[in-house]
Amino acid sequence: MMGSTSQAAGNGGRLAALTAWIDDRFPMTKMWKEQVSEYYAPKNMNFWYFFGSLALLVLVIQIVTGIFLTMNYKPSAADAFGSVEYIMRDVEWGWLIRYMHSTGASAFFIVVYLHMFRALLYGSYQKPRELLWIFGMLIYLVLMGEAFFGYLLPWGNMSYWGAQVIVSLFGAVPVVGDSLMEWIRGDFFISDITLNRFFALHVIALPLVLIFLVIAHLMALHEVGSNNPDGVEIKKVKGPDGIPLDGIAFHPYYTVKDLIGVGVFLILFSLVVFFAPTMGGYFLEYANFEPANPLQTPPHIAPVWYFTPFYAILRAVPSKSLGAGLMGVAVILFLFLPWLDRGKVKSIRYRGPLFKFFLFSFAIAFVALGWLGLQPVTPLFTNLARLFAVVYFAFFLLMPWYSAIDKTKPVPTRVTYHAH
Amino acid sequence: MRTKLIVLAAALLPVASLAAGGGAHLDKANVDVGNRASLQRGAANFVNYCLGCHSAKFVRYNRVAADLGITEQQLIDNLIFTGARPHDTMRIGINPEDAKRWFGVAPPDLSLIARSRGTDYVYTFLRSFYADPSKPTGANNIVLPGTAMPHVLASLQGVQEAVWEGEVDAAGNAQRHFKEFTLTTPGTLTPEEYDAFVRDTVAFLEYIAEPAQLKRRALGFPVIAFLVFFTLLAWALKKEFWKDVK
Repeated sequence: MMGSTSQAAGNGGRLAALTAWIDDRFPMTKMWKEQVSEYYAPKNMNFWYFFGSLALLVLVIQIVTGIFLTMNYKPSAADAFGSVEYIMRDVEWGWLIRYMHSTGASAFFIVVYLHMFRALLYGSYQKPRELLWIFGMLIYLVLMGEAFFGYLLPWGNMSYWGAQVIVSLFGAVPVVGDSLMEWIRGDFFISDITLNRFFALHVIALPLVLIFLVIAHLMALHEVGSNNPDGVEIKKVKGPDGIPLDGIAFHPYYTVKDLIGVGVFLILFSLVVFFAPTMGGYFLEYANFEPANPLQTPPHIAPVWYFTPFYAILRAVPSKSLGAGLMGVAVILFLFLPWLDRGKVKSIRYRGPLFKFFLFSFAIAFVALGWLGLQPVTPLFTNLARLFAVVYFAFFLLMPWYSAIDKTKPVPTRVTYHAH
Repeated sequence: MRTKLIVLAAALLPVASLAAGGGAHLDKANVDVGNRASLQRGAANFVNYCLGCHSAKFVRYNRVAADLGITEQQLIDNLIFTGARPHDTMRIGINPEDAKRWFGVAPPDLSLIARSRGTDYVYTFLRSFYADPSKPTGANNIVLPGTAMPHVLASLQGVQEAVWEGEVDAAGNAQRHFKEFTLTTPGTLTPEEYDAFVRDTVAFLEYIAEPAQLKRRALGFPVIAFLVFFTLLAWALKKEFWKDVK
């Protein structure tokens, strides 16, 4: 089970010979050992640790379904909407591929948000994992771009007006705002030219960047080692063989464990794909089943749910340029977490009441802003959005203060684990 | 008392009562896309009454026939009036420019109307025309006031008048709210028959908005059954491997 060589020997040695032939020319066995079979992960990782491998799974789903969609999609203003309907109706299994891709977009953000929240819970961004965190945040930023460009492609009316609204945010940039908007669109308004370049960015430019960043993220992870719910560095306590006492080989222990996560995820994913592909208008918006119409605004323009926490912050601010600026800051602040956090411990298990209070207020504010961003504007909702925006920013900006003075609990030297 | 009122209101709902406030109240369409007979009647209604002006340009005739259990000969004899071939999509002869000149707006394509607006909207819309001599078509609609669409189903439904409730608000302006319809000229169908006619038509629109939906739901069950089995197997495998972890 451990080395491929011993197993292969039982098969008559021909596979072993092939492995040796490859290993002389390419570090196949070496890589497999370093990254998988002899990568030691803490044995106490809980269900929050499923979302990393699930994000990888969704990335694969998006790339594979994306390739097949590209075979029939036509990136032109005249044909885009019709080609999507062609995929939905006339392409063999086209509807399934398209729903997997559209559901995958939302699923990507769900698993990534949970993955990020895990990092907040257990201090996974703290030293020595700052670069790992930054690569992760860059993945998140690219993902937002990828989702935004992709959303224009069906060329529905919400695609059109959503892109119009988001591109117009760049108009808030002082001096060069208008030229910047023209540069992004390649035209004076969202047009065939915009669609064509968004297609290029969506299917090749950003996916390439995304894959490189994912590789960098994984390399950084395997260099420093996984954090765990106790926030204990397992490398500090090693056995005589040099293997961390609290570490277990990623393969087979976590590969089989992650299979359970994959199974549960795919059940939920399939429930959406087969029984509620529009998810009540949240995953596929109803107004997007009408072709783009530059002369007719949808009655209520809202971005897709994964952008709405930031959209709510934008709308909460009376000045457009200040709102757009704050929205950008709200996203960028995550990058600075490793340096904002002055806490002496990593995990929520040993943090004091102040950190717990701020973290859970932040989580509530994030969800509340997300909900508010989907609602039409009313004076009450605007004030609520302002309140939650203050809570959102307080989590980051007050962190150097509250994380430093918080009463933390003593951290054990070994992880807590009870064998099942 | 309150519950009784709600029950009463619910019982009266199908009869009429459309409140025109912010947006018109929509009645529940309650369509059943799994009911093949309803879809077949709806298909006949659609090609007879809608397809003259509205296209369904993404919908293929023979796909409809296959999904609804109609033979190609039945399709040609009963559903194709435009000279289209069975593998063609449901297009119309009207030039959009002409249509725009005649109606003020080109009649929208109906392939996806049930998805973009919802079945309740279409169902209520088709039952909410009323006589309005001030309009060029002689008809107006509670759901879409000022609609350019004439009441093409008037021969079936008859002509109804809107009854308004007058109110004078604090500023002294007279306001009116829609109360109910009264049927002044009966059509060839009774109100119940007309509702059923519209429901079948809307069921067909719901089907053509996503022809894959019948197959989609059917496929969902075996896929999820397999995934549940897979997850249980993975769980057992994990349990076995993790026995060594102390």
